[in-house]
Amino acid sequence: MTRWRQTGIGLATFALLVGLWFALTAWSGIISAGRFPSPTDFWSAFVQINTRGYAGGQLAAHAFHSVVLVVMGFAVAVATGVPLGLWMGWSRRAEAAINPVFLLIRPIPPLAWIPLAILWLGLGDAAKIMVIWFAAFVPSVINTFSGVRSIERPLLEAAIMLGTPRWRFVAEVLAPAAAPMIFTGLRLSLQAAWTTLVAAELVGALLGLGFILNVAQQDIYPAMILVGMLSVGVLGFATTWLLGAVERRALVWNVAGSER
Amino acid sequence: MMDRPLKSRETIAWGFAGLGCFLGVWTLLTVSGLVPRQFLPTPLDVVARIIELLTTPFAGATLPQHLASSFGRYIVGVSLAALVGIPTGLLMGWFRLLDDILAPIFEALRFIAPIAWVPFAALWFGTGIGGPVMIIFAGAFPPCLINAYRGARFVDPRLIEASRMLGTSHLRTIVEILLPASVPSIVAGLRVAAGLGWQSLVGAELIVAATGVGFMMVQAQANVSTPTVMAGMIAIGAAGMLIDVLLRQGEALILRRRGLGP
Repeated sequence: MTRWRQTGIGLATFALLVGLWFALTAWSGIISAGRFPSPTDFWSAFVQINTRGYAGGQLAAHAFHSVVLVVMGFAVAVATGVPLGLWMGWSRRAEAAINPVFLLIRPIPPLAWIPLAILWLGLGDAAKIMVIWFAAFVPSVINTFSGVRSIERPLLEAAIMLGTPRWRFVAEVLAPAAAPMIFTGLRLSLQAAWTTLVAAELVGALLGLGFILNVAQQDIYPAMILVGMLSVGVLGFATTWLLGAVERRALVWNVAGSER
Repeated sequence: MMDRPLKSRETIAWGFAGLGCFLGVWTLLTVSGLVPRQFLPTPLDVVARIIELLTTPFAGATLPQHLASSFGRYIVGVSLAALVGIPTGLLMGWFRLLDDILAPIFEALRFIAPIAWVPFAALWFGTGIGGPVMIIFAGAFPPCLINAYRGARFVDPRLIEASRMLGTSHLRTIVEILLPASVPSIVAGLRVAAGLGWQSLVGAELIVAATGVGFMMVQAQANVSTPTVMAGMIAIGAAGMLIDVLLRQGEALILRRRGLGP
């Protein structure tokens, strides 16, 4: 009953918003077309980028480029961050040695690496992957680390007592037990990856969603800005949803924990 | 095989070893000529550059001046986010209808990265103070709202029932019961907001501003002055850490006053 009510009110709100959008832009012109596009402007911009293309490519090409970069940067960050977190969680010495370096680097926001990345690697894909890596790396490490530290001692002791070989110990005890926290870290990493990519592409790029925003801003083309923003939102939602699906599949035993 | 906790002396020793390795490898990479000094200055070069920037202007201002203009924007943006976000969150926590109306909108907006607002921010408010402030607002607003909302939703129902029974008005219930009861949650939200706001500030300044540390870094990048870029990164990191430390102190103080902290 309450569910129905919520859905109904939600739909009504969006309908009202779209109505307001029409009313304020196209019909009455209270908001001028130079500030915010009318729905028809938005639609024609959307059609334009899908047929003739904009900023050097069609929407699909820009989106594909951005998604590939996010996935690559994210993959590199996970492939390096999760093992490092596992190691730091397991070995107190590793923690003691790496933590101070981490404390030194961590306060620097990922976006502040963008100028350095461009200096080192130029405006191409390599610089973006480096920045995304930095952004997504930190949450991966921290959450994996706290995941390992929150494992109950008896579980570890039992595994050791039974003489589990080291690699099986990591793969079959440490990683699964820390998995719920690791996935929390991955979600944060993914969000950070998107934010950073959009920022990096806004600063300088040749293709990608952020680049659409950049060119549209310079052309003062509000409708195209809106197309770019909505694409960022839709893709961010899609990748987050995908990660959630993977989590539900991977952590079947933890259904209660992953449901929020 | 089982690791025991280290003694504090050992922790410090390993810590210094780790830091030494980090700085040593960094210095060696440059000094050995493996990486040109222009692209990777030594740690000492960076420190020297920071000291130099304290008095010598770069991109129109010295480092403290850039920091000051960044801070100005930052404080305006975060304050606006708190002033709008906290009351909205409390109202959403109190009036179910408002919650049902606004929640889907915020839920949808959540997936648009704050930085993606840059073009509209520049278009609507210019690149002086308004544009960057809007980006900071976009970054800091969600945690303010969400934490005030959660705080209001998890108030002890007995308090609310008592106030309803005594015929307290909506406004007074919100101000005198919901608000005080949600303070711990709100303060925690403010700390998150401060962090995200700082992050957004950096992004905004990289793209749309004409002063500030982020702007200094972009200019340094264009001039291939790596030490200046790194000096900017360190300044941003240090300032961000300082903000976090101050807010943690404030949070602990407030919790202690209410008898909740240690």
